[in-house]
Amino acid sequence: MTTPEGKPPLDRKTLIDLGFIDARAKVLDIAAFLDRLDRASGADAPADFRVDAIRSALEIARDASPARAERILKCWSDPTTQPVAHADGKAARGAHPPHTS
Amino acid sequence: MVSRITDDYARMATAGCVAVTEPAFWAGFDRSSAAGFHDYFRQLTESEPRRAAAYGIAHHAWICINPKEAEDHGFAREVMSMIPEFLSRPNVLGVGEIGLNRNSKTELTVFEEHLEIAAQHNSLVLIHTPHLEDKLKGTRLILDAIAAHGKINPARILVDHVEEHTVRMVLDRGMWAGMTLYPDTKCTAARAVDIMEMHGTERIWMNSAGDWGHSDPLAVPKAVVTMRARGHTAADIHKISFGNPLAFLSQSGNFSVNAPRPTIA
Repeated sequence: MTTPEGKPPLDRKTLIDLGFIDARAKVLDIAAFLDRLDRASGADAPADFRVDAIRSALEIARDASPARAERILKCWSDPTTQPVAHADGKAARGAHPPHTS
Repeated sequence: MVSRITDDYARMATAGCVAVTEPAFWAGFDRSSAAGFHDYFRQLTESEPRRAAAYGIAHHAWICINPKEAEDHGFAREVMSMIPEFLSRPNVLGVGEIGLNRNSKTELTVFEEHLEIAAQHNSLVLIHTPHLEDKLKGTRLILDAIAAHGKINPARILVDHVEEHTVRMVLDRGMWAGMTLYPDTKCTAARAVDIMEMHGTERIWMNSAGDWGHSDPLAVPKAVVTMRARGHTAADIHKISFGNPLAFLSQSGNFSVNAPRPTIA
């Protein structure tokens, strides 16, 4: 299955044929989500770190370097290394607030 | 599968599923007593195997207190004291899913105590890595704690819920890596196949999630369709969807792909 370079079995053109419509739909969903936020009340509230995280991820997605998915996941991750004193609730939020790093 | 309808078992059997392993998990609310866990462990080891067997599916379980309920150390220890009683049940594969949730000090202590129980009983270990922004840090803490403990053969540990940023560190430590397929969180089928293309098929597998949240017990059969469409061979598909899980789980003498004869409770 795996080549030393990690190349998939299918060539680039075939992968585009297979995946373009799905990727197109997801890009539109993100754009529509951001438009929805702009139309909503509360637009003058302080920036939400989760929306900032999406914008940061989009910058990574559009650059020319490899491992975009891995770099986005790291961009959203808690950069600290030590256990926290107490669990802050049960649920993670999807991105790390910059002020708590 | 305790939170799924019986029709899910029927669908899984129809899709070719012959065995499931069910980790002890958070119920969506905190249990109020250790006795509640005792009842839950009985459900995992007595009633759920019967329900699965009706569809020709062999049911196996992992026993622990999930990290989501591990913040109260005294309570966690009370629950952990019951684990040895259940490790000897015929469908139990080992200790799991243990690990971290929010990466707290108490969660880490409870995780280390679970490791010691597994070592004392020579059990397989199933590890839950944290969600979303907590996964990278939590996976590192978990791997370091296993190394510091040092009593369990890494080949007898499955670290679950790996993604692009954690899979390599797990494989490099000699452990097995599980990619749990979820509709929104963790891995999609497309990304799981990407990860296999980049990191190979040794000590790695995909699993469907059948919990009370947004999840799909048929995620693996659907991922197999994705693998076929992306040009992967039948041999590789069989290895990822059956051979690798069989190799890891068979390290427990309790694992079988043959369901027991159906019985009526």
